[in-house]
Amino acid sequence: MANSGTPLVELRDISIAFGGIKAVDHVSIDLYAGEVVGLLGHNGAGKSTLIKCLSGAYKADSGQILINGKEVEIKNPRDARAENIETIYQTLALADNLDAASNLFLGRELVNPLGFVDDSAMEAETRKILARLNPNFRKFNVPVSALSGGQRQSVAIARAVYFNAKILIMDEPTAALGPQETQMVSELIQELKAQGLGIFLIEHDIHNVMKLCDRASVMKNGQLVGTVNVDEVTDEDILGMIILGKKPAKAA
Amino acid sequence: MTTTPTAPQHAPQISDAQLNPVARFIRATELDTRLLGMVGALLMIWLGFHLYGVLVTGNGVFLTPRNLWNLSVQTAVTGIMATGMVLVIITRNIDLSVGSIVGFTGMVMGILQVNILPQYLGLGHPMIWVITAITGLIVGALIGAFHGWLIAYRAIPSFIVTLGGLLVWRGAAFLTADGKTISPVDPTFALLGGGPYGAIGSTGSWIVGIIGCVAIIWILMRSRTARRKHQFALRPMWAEATLACLTCGALIGAVLVVNAYPWPIGIVKTYAAENGLTADPATIFISHGFAIPVLILAAVAIAMTILMTRTRFGRYVFAIGGNPEAAALAGINTRWMTLKIFALMGMLAGLAAVVASARLNSATNALGDLEELYVIASAVVGGTSLAGGVGTIYGAIIGTLVIQSLQTGMVLIGFGDGSYRKIVVGIALVLAVYLDILYRKKIK
Repeated sequence: MANSGTPLVELRDISIAFGGIKAVDHVSIDLYAGEVVGLLGHNGAGKSTLIKCLSGAYKADSGQILINGKEVEIKNPRDARAENIETIYQTLALADNLDAASNLFLGRELVNPLGFVDDSAMEAETRKILARLNPNFRKFNVPVSALSGGQRQSVAIARAVYFNAKILIMDEPTAALGPQETQMVSELIQELKAQGLGIFLIEHDIHNVMKLCDRASVMKNGQLVGTVNVDEVTDEDILGMIILGKKPAKAA
Repeated sequence: MTTTPTAPQHAPQISDAQLNPVARFIRATELDTRLLGMVGALLMIWLGFHLYGVLVTGNGVFLTPRNLWNLSVQTAVTGIMATGMVLVIITRNIDLSVGSIVGFTGMVMGILQVNILPQYLGLGHPMIWVITAITGLIVGALIGAFHGWLIAYRAIPSFIVTLGGLLVWRGAAFLTADGKTISPVDPTFALLGGGPYGAIGSTGSWIVGIIGCVAIIWILMRSRTARRKHQFALRPMWAEATLACLTCGALIGAVLVVNAYPWPIGIVKTYAAENGLTADPATIFISHGFAIPVLILAAVAIAMTILMTRTRFGRYVFAIGGNPEAAALAGINTRWMTLKIFALMGMLAGLAAVVASARLNSATNALGDLEELYVIASAVVGGTSLAGGVGTIYGAIIGTLVIQSLQTGMVLIGFGDGSYRKIVVGIALVLAVYLDILYRKKIK
């Protein structure tokens, strides 16, 4: 697919080290609106760390983050949310002792005119969004620790989608899911893409990458191996990049 | 939220007809079974001590207006701090320094109101108690904030910081007046500790009771309106009515009890002489009514409950306790929250020091000694989980009542020796936590 104009997100020359180990080493990637970019690599290749610099969980040691061509500073998760960046973490990042609505609105609670949290309004909104994402979801009044893996995932996804994200980061969103729920997430990604969101998708399953992503960026040992247009390469090419760190001849 | 249960919208798996009346009642009223269990245990302790008195010593003195009134006053100091300890423990911390903070702020307030303020304002000036009490709250909050800063921004474990604080502030309390006891405190200040004059009397208690009942009914009605607005399932009307009757009934019952406890004859004689009453003092019945420290505890409990269930602050306390990392990723400034929680705990310790020193009518450096252990025990008996994320304010208050009832009851039935009391309270603490573990397993 031909991307032209200003990218929605541009990560330029990002580096971050932990105690002398370079987790991310001068990596540059970009993302356009209405596009899904897969981030691939072994465990420990630096994918999650790179993406956490964008979601505000980490602060990069050096490099720039540009949103719509304008440089922004993302120091914490609040800054990221202010730029309409939403993240679904691999760990889901749910407070197990709170119910679905409290988790969905965590940090952004609906309040009434007196400044008190409006639990009924939040529950009503949660029921609406979850009815769309996962019609089987029933357990609104129990802590999320009592939910199944798929239901917890639904809550995490609902949280990312509800607040009109423009940029969505999904860190292995289907890792804990069964086939039917995985299918549901795939459909959701297509739908969100059609709505014009840009999505970074960290994914291990090469078939999902081939099916869902427009481009794929592969990382190895903290460095970027390369970025390819998915429809111009085979899955063997991508596996070669992941395992050998070798860029195919027809790289984008 | 776990603390604000609402009915599931969809039909329950088991129909109401299959349940026994008790289960049906609990489901319809949506009462927390844990709360019912705690209240049941408390009533059993009360009845047990009373019956033991009736049957063994021939003198049932536990369930008398006098004892229940005293119990309410004795609960105030520990209860005020237990509400704050709930927040500290929910966020996976501990505060061992609260007893020493009580001692230190008590001494600071004692010196301020006895040695310093009278020089400038004159003895008995009406502002003395106000300035003293506010100073106590501020000093307590500053100490707590300092502890919180060390814990949150310098990453020293709370156990260590507050263990250090326990020693430091107890030592500092001694140094403030070289170990001397400061007595008596300002007479208006002393009213904050209770006693016949430090209670609001019969009429005042009725006013408090009626305002309370109106508030209870208003809250129930508002919750119903909110549910209807969002089309959630409503509680059946009979369940709402039962809830209203039970809670208002308990409140009115409390008013009747505190009003049934008259002033002692000595106080009545002095009062009659001062006010030129000619009637025989033995025939004058003047009710105590609610003691001021009990009203302070009630106000603290209401404010803390609102804080924990209706504000973002409270929501973040639970979120940090449930998953600190998730809370941080949701944009919550967890370090700033920790500092604020410890500052609040310190302020409540300052308030407890006001009540404790007023009740003693003096400030001593031993004030609040070992109190931290009873505060923590109260919060834990009341269902606050040391694993974090779980706890309620009302639970902490009932927990305080349980522990205070055990102590008082042991004295009343003649096990007055302090060592027996410690043994019983210790066993009760472990037993309560064990029962709670069993309960939580069962409901899973």
